Amino acid sequence: MFETSELNIKNQRVQRLFKILFLLMTMLLIAPVLLILGTLIVKGGSVISIDFLFTSPTDGMTAGGIFPALLGTVWLVAVALLISVPLGIAAAIYLSEYAGENWFTRIINLAIINLAGVPSIVHALFGVGAFVLFFKFGTSILAASLTLAIMTLPVVIVATRESLQAVPFAFREACWNMGATRWQTIRRVVLPNAVSGILTGVILEVSRTAGETAPIMFTGAVFFTPFLPQGIFDQTMAMSLHLFVVSTQVPGVPENLPYGVALVLIAMVLIMNSLSIAFRIYLRGKKKW
Amino acid sequence: MSGQPMTKTVDMAAFDRRNADWYIDKLVQALVFIGGISAIIFVVGIFAFVTKEGFGFILDRFDFQEFFTSPYWYPADEDAPEYGILALIAGTASVTGLAMLVAIPFSLGTAVYIAEFASGKTRETLKVLVELLAAIPSVVWGFIGLSIMNPLIIELFDVPVGLNVLNAGIILGLMAAPIMTSIAEDALKAVPDRYREAAEAMGATRWQVIYKTVLPAAKNGLLGAVLLGVGRGFGETMAVLMATGHSINMPGSVFDSVRALTATIAAELGETAVGSDHYQVLFTIGIFLFLITFVINLTADLIVRGIRKG
Repeated sequence: MFETSELNIKNQRVQRLFKILFLLMTMLLIAPVLLILGTLIVKGGSVISIDFLFTSPTDGMTAGGIFPALLGTVWLVAVALLISVPLGIAAAIYLSEYAGENWFTRIINLAIINLAGVPSIVHALFGVGAFVLFFKFGTSILAASLTLAIMTLPVVIVATRESLQAVPFAFREACWNMGATRWQTIRRVVLPNAVSGILTGVILEVSRTAGETAPIMFTGAVFFTPFLPQGIFDQTMAMSLHLFVVSTQVPGVPENLPYGVALVLIAMVLIMNSLSIAFRIYLRGKKKW
Repeated sequence: MSGQPMTKTVDMAAFDRRNADWYIDKLVQALVFIGGISAIIFVVGIFAFVTKEGFGFILDRFDFQEFFTSPYWYPADEDAPEYGILALIAGTASVTGLAMLVAIPFSLGTAVYIAEFASGKTRETLKVLVELLAAIPSVVWGFIGLSIMNPLIIELFDVPVGLNVLNAGIILGLMAAPIMTSIAEDALKAVPDRYREAAEAMGATRWQVIYKTVLPAAKNGLLGAVLLGVGRGFGETMAVLMATGHSINMPGSVFDSVRALTATIAAELGETAVGSDHYQVLFTIGIFLFLITFVINLTADLIVRGIRKG
């Protein structure tokens, strides 16, 4: 009864064509990641050894390892997290549990979007003006981590708010009906149900923070220091800046050395990211409501 | 007791429910409120502190016409420094423009494929890969431009230098594409399924459904995605610093080296004395960058929010 008309066949063909076209685009977008990873592994793999990871650079940074930069990045990320995680979670609790739908909430949301959208180098200028000069922290881990914390704050806020809002409203109502205060409800019911989602966001933030370069260039990270950081008022080397330095600023670096640095940096970031993604998928499977 | 009127002897304190929990609740409410407004404080703080450092220049030396229309940027010249950022704007604009030429078709195509064609495991895998693409730090992208793209461009196009608009544009396009893809995908997913079902019931093929129904319905969200991509490209620093060649040029072709606004700050701030004209003019560029991204983000947000209401 229904004959396949010529128009119909043509339409089917157009559909198939577009499907293939879009698949091709997707592949072309994703192919560079694999190519890049492959090149980094091939060229950088030979450089990486236990010694490379745990010794200092030598011979004007043309030889030796990356330990001070690695340790510096750990310091910067840890201090930044200590600042941004509590603040971000507080902000998310406010937005999800207290804030009403009004102009004030709109402004907060706009501020969060803008905080995420301000260029990283402007964050760096802010860090110099505010933390290095005005608050007189000098170029230090503290100043750099504060700058990083403010820059990556939106990541924590958005992830936490999403996981708080995923907790069904009925859970809260049930708790209020028992006579619990708002905070008791948040602490005993909402947060325990959202904690894994928040953790996913925090891991993602670690990955973002570890890779940033511009915000720490003038606030706390230095090209080279013979000393390992001892406290938050010290300057430090950092992985991201170290990659910039060995690939552009130092003459006579052996060809494969920067590849090794890049490989370690990208491995750190991608491992963190994959953890966050795997964790999220695992949680989705476990979800009870 | 029995005969006396109750009202006079009622102990109001007995009805006062303000126990420790009540006070804790109020305290927490105040604390999270501080967290809530912190984002506003920081955005205002960024503007205030960057302006504070650049203000001296704006008051004493700032010449609107020179600043925006002169291509001569010699801020370190001791006798006659010149502060024209036109060439830097051209550098940023050319790289961002090319990046969008790369990123818009690819990210929209990918978003359509993920949201409308792919399903199940394929969709999840593609989404994860796009997310990993977004995770690569900008300094690593810069390094890729420097060490992989640079020799490749020299080889392919037979040009003397591979660090140019083409290199940085492609790198920046790849960087902006993942974020544009995920926002565009959200916009496509926000189109109600009944639109698709209605179109399919009329006998439309999947492509016709997408082209005639889904894309028009998601138009604003897609525009927002593009705008955010532009904002991202505009503000990108390290990758652009490393892949453009960082030489001041009014670009005539994609094979010219250029210098971007952001990269100029990154490269020169370390060499300037705090409070000098050169130092202050870099902060002035910072104000300019802040204002531009502010407007871009605001517009994108208004557009995206527009569809939710409509």
